[in-house]
Amino acid sequence: MNFGRLALPVLALALAPLLPGIINRTKAVIGGRDGQPLLQLYYDLAKLVRKGAVYSHTTSWVFRAGPVVGLVSAVAVLAVLPLGGTSAPAGFSGDLIFMAYMLGLMRFFTVIAALDTGSAFEGMGASREVQFSALAEPVLLMALAALSLAARGSGASLGGGLFSLSAIYSHLSISTWMRSGPALLLVAGALWVVFLAENSRIPFDDPNTHLELTMIHEVMVLDHSGPDFAMILYGASLKMWILGALLAGLLVPVRSGNIWIDTGACVFGLFVLAVLTGVVESVMARLRLTRVPQLLVSAGFLSTFALALIIWS
Amino acid sequence: MNLFTDVVIAVLILTNLRLIASSRISACIYAVACQGVLLGVLPLLVGSSHLMVRACALSGVTVMLKGFFFPWLLLRALKSANVRREMEPLVGYTSSLMIGALLLATAMWFGRQLPLPVPAHSPMVLPLAMFNIMVGLFVIVSRAKAITQVLGYLVMENGIYAFGLAFALSEPSLVELGILLDAFMAVFVMGITIFHISREFDHMDTDRLTALRD
Repeated sequence: MNFGRLALPVLALALAPLLPGIINRTKAVIGGRDGQPLLQLYYDLAKLVRKGAVYSHTTSWVFRAGPVVGLVSAVAVLAVLPLGGTSAPAGFSGDLIFMAYMLGLMRFFTVIAALDTGSAFEGMGASREVQFSALAEPVLLMALAALSLAARGSGASLGGGLFSLSAIYSHLSISTWMRSGPALLLVAGALWVVFLAENSRIPFDDPNTHLELTMIHEVMVLDHSGPDFAMILYGASLKMWILGALLAGLLVPVRSGNIWIDTGACVFGLFVLAVLTGVVESVMARLRLTRVPQLLVSAGFLSTFALALIIWS
Repeated sequence: MNLFTDVVIAVLILTNLRLIASSRISACIYAVACQGVLLGVLPLLVGSSHLMVRACALSGVTVMLKGFFFPWLLLRALKSANVRREMEPLVGYTSSLMIGALLLATAMWFGRQLPLPVPAHSPMVLPLAMFNIMVGLFVIVSRAKAITQVLGYLVMENGIYAFGLAFALSEPSLVELGILLDAFMAVFVMGITIFHISREFDHMDTDRLTALRD
C-alpha cells in the first residue's frame, strides 16, 4: 500500500509527457495526417537537455529561475496529488490550497521570466495569461470546494481532514454520484474548462500557432532554449497531468479498494481525457479573445451553482 | 426519479445561463424553446400517480406551446422583421453572467426562506421558479430589442409556471391553463407589435421609442 502511494509521483513523472503525444496523435488521425509519433515529447526532451542554453544580455537571474521554479512547483504538487481513489504520499489537510497556489507560483515565475526578457510580445502573452488565470483560479477552488462538500456528504468521516485532496477523492464513489450527480456533472464541466484554459488548449489558446498575436502560453517561452525549454515543456505536461487527474478522478469513480484497478482506471481516464482534448482541438476554432473571459465566467457560474446545489439540497 | 428531476432542474437553470450569455437572438430563442420543453416534462416527474391524466394533458399543451409554437412565432417575427441577429445588450455579457450568479444565489436563498403550505416535491423547484422570474426581469431591462423582451417575458412566465408546479397537488388545472392562454395571447400580440415596430422604424430597439413625440 505504502509502496503504491510512493509510486504515484513516479508514475506521473514517467507518463505525463505521453498526454500531449496522445492529443497530437488524435489530431493527426482526425485530420488524416501521419503526424508526429506518440513519444515525440520524450524525444524532444532528450534532444533539448543535450543542448546548451542561450541567455540574452538583458535578462537577469529571474529569467534563469523561471523554468526551474516552474518545474519544481509542478513536482511538489505531485506529492499531494491523488490519482482516483489512491491517496497521495504526502497529502495533508488543506493541500488543495497548496496545489492551487503551487500552480499559481509556477505561472507567476513563467510570467515574470517572460517579462524579464523585455520583449513586447512576451509581455502581451504574460498579460493575457494572468488575465485568464485570474478568472480560472476561483473556478478551480470553487469546484474543489464543491467536491469537498459532496465527499463530506457521503457520511464517512474524512481521515486527513476536509480539505485534503486525497481524502476528498477517496470518498468520491458511485454512491456520491447517485446522490448528487447533477452537481458533480457541473463541477466536471467547470474543471474541464479550467483544464483546457490552464493548459492553453484550443478554445483558449492555440498551441500550434506561432503568431505572437494569437498565442498565450507559447509566446511567453519564446526566449527559453536548451535544458530550460525542456524544463518548461516537461513542467507543462506535468501541469496537464495534475489538472487532468483532478478531472479523471472525479469522472472515473472506480473505488474498488484494489490499488492496481483504481489507479489503472484513473490513468485510463486520463488518456481518454487527452483523446477528448484532441477531438475538441480538431473540431473547434480558437475563441475570440474577448469571448474567453466570458467562457471562464460561465465556468465560474457552473461551479458556484454546483456548490449551491450541494449545500442546499 | 428524484435524481432525474434534479437533472432536469439543473439543465433548466443552465438554459437561463445560455440566454443571458448568448449574443445571438436565434440562440436565445432556442434556449427558451428548450426551457419550454423541459418545463413541459417537469409535471410528469413531480406529479403524483393519481393525477397522471391531468399531468399528461398539461405537459402536452405546455410542450406544444412553449417548446414549438412560441419559438416558431418568434423565429418568424425575427425573419420578417429583418433586423441584425445580434443582441446589442445594455449590460455586457460577462457582467450579465456575474449578475446571473448573484441572482441565482438570491433565488436559492429566497427559495429556502419561503414557507410553503404543502411540501414541495423537490427542494430545487422554488429556487428555479424564483431564478426564472428574476432572470426574465433582468433580460427585459437589460436588452434593448423588443424580441428579447418577449423572451424575458416568456422566461418570467416559465418561472410562474414552475412556481405553480410546486403546488401541483392543490392547484386547479384551470388556473394553469388560464396562465398558458394569457402567455399565448401576449406572445401573439407582441409578435405582431415587433413586426409593426420594425416596419415603421426599420429597427426594433424599444429604448429609442422614448424619443417619439406626437
